[in-house]
Amino acid sequence: MAGRSGNGTLPLAALTVDGLQALLQAFRQHGYRIVGPTVRDQAIVYDDIESVEGLPRGWTDEQDGGRYRLTQLGDDALFNYAVGPHSWKQFLHPPLLRLLSVERDAATVRVVPEIPPTQRFAFVGVRACELHAIGLQDRILLGGQYVDPHYSARRESTFIVAVNCGKAGGTCFCASMNTGPKVEKGFDLAITELVGEGPHVFLVEEGSDAGSAMLDEVPHRAATQDEIEAAQAVVARTAVAMGREIRSGDLRELLLGNLEHLRWEEVASRCLSCANCTMVCPTCFCTTVEDTTDLTGDHAERWRRWDSCFTMDFSYMHGGSVRASARSRYRQWMTHKLASWIDQFGTSGCVGCGRCITWCPVGIDITEEVRAIRESPATTEGSS
Amino acid sequence: MPKPRRLKLAVWKFASCDGCQLSLLDCEDELLAVADAVEIAHFLEATRARVNGPYDLSLVEGSITTPHDAERIQQVRRSSRFLVTIGACATAGGIQALRNFADVREYLSVVYARPDYINTLATSTAIADHVTVDFELRGCPINKRQLLEVVSAFLAGRRPVTPPHSVCVECKLAGNVCVMVAHGTPCLGPATHAGCGALCPTFHRGCYGCYGPMETPNASSLTNWLHKLGMDDRALQRIYRTFNANAQAFREESEKHDP
Repeated sequence: MAGRSGNGTLPLAALTVDGLQALLQAFRQHGYRIVGPTVRDQAIVYDDIESVEGLPRGWTDEQDGGRYRLTQLGDDALFNYAVGPHSWKQFLHPPLLRLLSVERDAATVRVVPEIPPTQRFAFVGVRACELHAIGLQDRILLGGQYVDPHYSARRESTFIVAVNCGKAGGTCFCASMNTGPKVEKGFDLAITELVGEGPHVFLVEEGSDAGSAMLDEVPHRAATQDEIEAAQAVVARTAVAMGREIRSGDLRELLLGNLEHLRWEEVASRCLSCANCTMVCPTCFCTTVEDTTDLTGDHAERWRRWDSCFTMDFSYMHGGSVRASARSRYRQWMTHKLASWIDQFGTSGCVGCGRCITWCPVGIDITEEVRAIRESPATTEGSS
Repeated sequence: MPKPRRLKLAVWKFASCDGCQLSLLDCEDELLAVADAVEIAHFLEATRARVNGPYDLSLVEGSITTPHDAERIQQVRRSSRFLVTIGACATAGGIQALRNFADVREYLSVVYARPDYINTLATSTAIADHVTVDFELRGCPINKRQLLEVVSAFLAGRRPVTPPHSVCVECKLAGNVCVMVAHGTPCLGPATHAGCGALCPTFHRGCYGCYGPMETPNASSLTNWLHKLGMDDRALQRIYRTFNANAQAFREESEKHDP
């Protein structure tokens, strides 16, 4: 849904927990499919939620390279955790999607394209880094000459309730990437949770006309000056508590100037080429297309599925894969994400969410890899 | 469109448990379609009726463990236009390849009352170690959906869609929470070939590597992490020595961990 750009004005409305519940009910009445954070399989995932009872009340997470643990604090907080294994691309850019089917009979061949869904999503709990990630995917999948109709159908009817982060995760570095923790734009409503001292309330900022209209349907009051200051303090605290950081200003020049750095070989010795980093990355958008036929040969389907620059098929051309070594694949991923993405799309492809660090099975840390190259630039195989 | 001559399908068994050929019989809903699409010319597990070769498509299950089988696979190859190996035994030697790490004569003396009756090879090896193989379908057992895909692809004259990337990709496509990262459960998924649909991790178990090494396995890096999760040398050796013990990447990694 269209968002007004944040203009620095402060949150004006305050919702109680009951008010938040009323907001979810309003989404249901309007026919939205509500997706938000919920606890499943010892993690906070994004899935369908029915009410605030489905939110991870009292839970938080501890994250580090290759490690994620859920812990229960037992407090009333509903949003006191960082991002988990899922991202919103699961819903906007589905991992598996049938594009078309083909039916053949004696006389004809009939191609049946997949019709994009009409279901509207309400996303609850979108973080600042994730808004930036959605913005990047918008640019790629909607912005150019070729528009993805499947993404478009899902994206344009989606209502976004963003959340200002009250906790920085152990692998978070959005502050370095200038993508958070405060949400700036791209939302319909944005909330800041105040919990602990004083009453449990959510301060609400309106980001679009649709957001304002929805807010009008639920009981709320004006936020007090104290509450507004407390909300500002929440994101300010989070901003200085980041678990990781990257010096991001000169990444393009740094990485593209070190394409033969010995560090690529070193990281390749640890990299599993398993593709987890790209699967969990909220901006990675690559897909492959698979055609299948059935036994009769009268029915065929074309499916799109997430692919990764870490697979051999990804760079397969006649005669073999162009990026045969793990070194070349890791370098491709990281230099595209942090450097050549800027040439291609105008901004970095990294939003500092930290998922690639947490969900790497062997804890490879993109911030550490940048640091290693920065600390010994131009160490090439030839010169060392 | 006129139906072409039905292609002749043969299913062959070597040293194996029969589970993979059972996967074909297990295609209950599709079995009639299979029988309609191909002439099942040789499939002893299904029928004693046999049609002589040559065969258009041979599915070969099992590994080579005896001198007799080493000769028989040559005959199968000669009578087959297209030869597909199915399952971990046929593609990597199977669980019986554990003999490759031991002295088979010692096994014989312990297991059999009359070891002199037994005529066996010192090793269990993959079919591809003996004859040219046109396509390998992984798994212990194979996934019946993938088997149907291989047969359908053969009939259509296209390449089967059986991606060789890691099991992790399948977990992520399914929206699974990583059992290793979130639970600390040791998992071979990052080094293992996809195809099962991430069956074990979906049920919160670590991957056992039933599909063997993925396309570009980095077992030593994974091993370092599994060690941090608490696995000792004995456990590390055993995790790589199951159904695909003789697959190169798993074999080489297991040999680094002699307790």
